[in-house]
Amino acid sequence: MGNKEQLLNDIGIVDFVLTELTLYLDTHPQDRNAMEYFNHYNRIKQQMVREFSQKYFPLNTNFAESNKEWRWGMAPLPWEGECG
Amino acid sequence: MWSYEKRLEFPVNIKEPNAKLAQVIISQYGGPDGEMGASIRYLSQRYSMPYREVAGLLTDIGTEELAHLEIVAAIVHQLTRNLSMEEIEKSGFAPYYVDHTVGVWPQAASGFPFTAAQFQVTGDPVTDLTEDLAAEQKARTTYDNILRLIKEPDVCEPIKFLRMREVVHFQRFGEALRITQDKLDSKNFYAFNPAFDRCEDCGCDK
Repeated sequence: MGNKEQLLNDIGIVDFVLTELTLYLDTHPQDRNAMEYFNHYNRIKQQMVREFSQKYFPLNTNFAESNKEWRWGMAPLPWEGECG
Repeated sequence: MWSYEKRLEFPVNIKEPNAKLAQVIISQYGGPDGEMGASIRYLSQRYSMPYREVAGLLTDIGTEELAHLEIVAAIVHQLTRNLSMEEIEKSGFAPYYVDHTVGVWPQAASGFPFTAAQFQVTGDPVTDLTEDLAAEQKARTTYDNILRLIKEPDVCEPIKFLRMREVVHFQRFGEALRITQDKLDSKNFYAFNPAFDRCEDCGCDK
């Protein structure tokens, strides 16, 4: 796995934690421990997405600012996979 | 309003095309207990859900189901790209191919097209949440059946992930049903429909 694939994989892991915590907090809105976890991993994810988007391609349009070429439109699509 | 991230919730990297597998896995795209029905069911039910935290959960699970729809589509796409005509003919893929080539179209494994008749929006919170609990179990069973049919690890891993999420959603919907019942009359949850009936005189705190 190259650096790009590794970072994308790590983002997937951290974001999965956030998906789990989001659903859990929806039905446990007073759980302060879970909120602390959410805040912690959310900060890490934002940082990782920013780093990935600057180095490789924008993961979302928040990081799509471009000048020579529209980077968002030229980004690889997630269903392509690595074996195509 | 939604925003999109250009990555899958779980990676899909399939080495060898296999039209036989694609024909059963497509059921979780547009079949009776598939991800399209799941996402549209929850995202449609939320408007008549009177409790904000439960409507929020329907939004978040419905959104995650859209990510699952994309994972299933990625599996079908990668299993059918670069197929030879010979593979299409001998794998039984010709009836699908003749209408859709190797595009991804929402149908059940049987060929039956996706239809909203496969799910309900009753506008009754207890009824809708009870359907949602069943829906998660039905999707879990379908993934279990798929896992008995396939052995290829690069296909099994994302299917196992999707199966696990059905179990988690079932847990969360159980909590949502409990939250809903806690707001109703504990002597008779069915005394009235909190999404429809006016209840000035019934003593509830709505």
